[in-house]
Amino acid sequence: MSVTIDDVTYIAELARLRFSDDEALKMTDELNTILHYVDTLNEVDTEGVLPLSNIHDQKNVLRADEEHEPIANAAALSNAPDSQDRFFRVPKVLG
Amino acid sequence: MKYELVVGLEVHCQLNTKSKAFCGCSARFGNPANTNVCPVCLALPGALPVLNRQVVEDAVKLGLATGCSIAPLSVLARKNYFYPDLPKGYQISQFEEPICLEGGLRIDAGEGERHVRLIRIHIEEDAGKSIHDIGDDTFIDVNRSGVPLLEVVSYPDIRTAKEASVYLQKLRQIVKYLGISDGNMEEGSLRCDANVSLRLYGDEEYGTRTEIKNMNSFKNVEKAIEYEAERHRQILEAGGAISQETRLWDADKGETRSMRGKEFAHDYRYFPDPDLVPILVDEEMLERIRLELPEFPEARAERFVQEFSIPAYDAGVLTVEREVADYFEELAGLAKDAKVASNWVMGEVLRTLKEKYLSIEEFIVTPVRLGGLIRMIASGAVSNTIAKQVFELMQESDASAEEIVEREGLAQVSDSGAIEAVVDGILAANPGQLAAYREGKTKLMGFFVGQCMAKMKGKANPQMVNEVLVKKLGA
Repeated sequence: MSVTIDDVTYIAELARLRFSDDEALKMTDELNTILHYVDTLNEVDTEGVLPLSNIHDQKNVLRADEEHEPIANAAALSNAPDSQDRFFRVPKVLG
Repeated sequence: MKYELVVGLEVHCQLNTKSKAFCGCSARFGNPANTNVCPVCLALPGALPVLNRQVVEDAVKLGLATGCSIAPLSVLARKNYFYPDLPKGYQISQFEEPICLEGGLRIDAGEGERHVRLIRIHIEEDAGKSIHDIGDDTFIDVNRSGVPLLEVVSYPDIRTAKEASVYLQKLRQIVKYLGISDGNMEEGSLRCDANVSLRLYGDEEYGTRTEIKNMNSFKNVEKAIEYEAERHRQILEAGGAISQETRLWDADKGETRSMRGKEFAHDYRYFPDPDLVPILVDEEMLERIRLELPEFPEARAERFVQEFSIPAYDAGVLTVEREVADYFEELAGLAKDAKVASNWVMGEVLRTLKEKYLSIEEFIVTPVRLGGLIRMIASGAVSNTIAKQVFELMQESDASAEEIVEREGLAQVSDSGAIEAVVDGILAANPGQLAAYREGKTKLMGFFVGQCMAKMKGKANPQMVNEVLVKKLGA
């Protein structure tokens, strides 16, 4: 499997990343190196093996439906670039 | 109409758990902004989600109630997209391996019973809330972020707008019977998106669909689908093509409109969430939940007909809501006469609740109190008419029917001497009507009964008044 520069540009856009042309080329090369490396895994016979969704051999790590103490509003907002009253403030999303 | 309407619904049902899906913050609606928050739902670095057991159980309940098969193992996945009210940059949902698969609902929109198949039910979390209409910026409240939802996805088996609304009402009834959601559309605990398309009758293939969002009542779901179907029809008739897009229903204008902004191909790049381990539903859990399932409306209505000998119509009305059915069942046991109990619940009780915007659980006239009143009617202690007055008075305090009748002097007069005296007085006071009656105007019977009842302030035993009148007038 390999990717083209168009794939990289598309994925970058979805991830809200901006690359210069040079960077995009470099990324394409690097991604392809990684993909080719991982390709080795395709040589393993996985017939009858269930897809692995998690590397831990654990199931059902669940908590009881109980409330904990929330953090204070001021603490919640303390790292936000911008806030007003009790809210996070961001640039207008809809016009 | 040569086109057949094809609709599939995606319904988001907000669960009524105490805490959120992946953290212990309160899931309560209406708290001050950004106060039900913690590192997990704020997506602070290093915070790890842990799934709420109740969410799994609620999903299994709904799956069993809708005939789904429950996946022994299911997986939570990340749905990646950017929006300010989604702090993590992804929503935890289920993709390839949802918890419930392939069920169905039986609905009847007035043209016989139909089966709408379900593709799946999966667990996901709600996003936060964006507020766009204050000032020049957007304001974000993360309280709702992480509140558990079940998404119920139907096959495109719905054929009319009415069916869509009946399907939704059925789903609402089920989640309310299960007690897993309050099912309130106006408040957003039941949200519905509709995929609408048209095809020529007889066609196998589906037409291009549009997705409608933002319908916040059963009525609006119907109206929006009707509007959209008509819009499709006009485009197709004019030789045009439908463009696949998401449209918002505007209830004020009664129209759908295209959502603005550039149409980014939805590419959510789902993948299993490495922070969460698979959900295992074993036989033991399945069996336990199966035993906990309530009796559903149809079965309960059938039992009411058998057990209480009430008409099927009554049983249907009484079982629409579980709480009403509970109320009736308790009352029927206390009142002895189930049909009278049914009349009271369907009549006075439901009317009063509607007028006063009350739910039956907060209604002050409990089955025990109403049962007391109905027993007084049965024993002849009060007439039906007076009983309605007593019922009104019972809503003002918690006094029993007996106490109120005693206090207000409303006991029915069944003393034949007293009634005869009143009848004699009325006949003597109305010689003209008496003469006319004897000349054949027998319709005046009603007039005399009315006069006697008025004179006795409604408290006379009406049957006795009738009998005495018949006797005296015949003489």
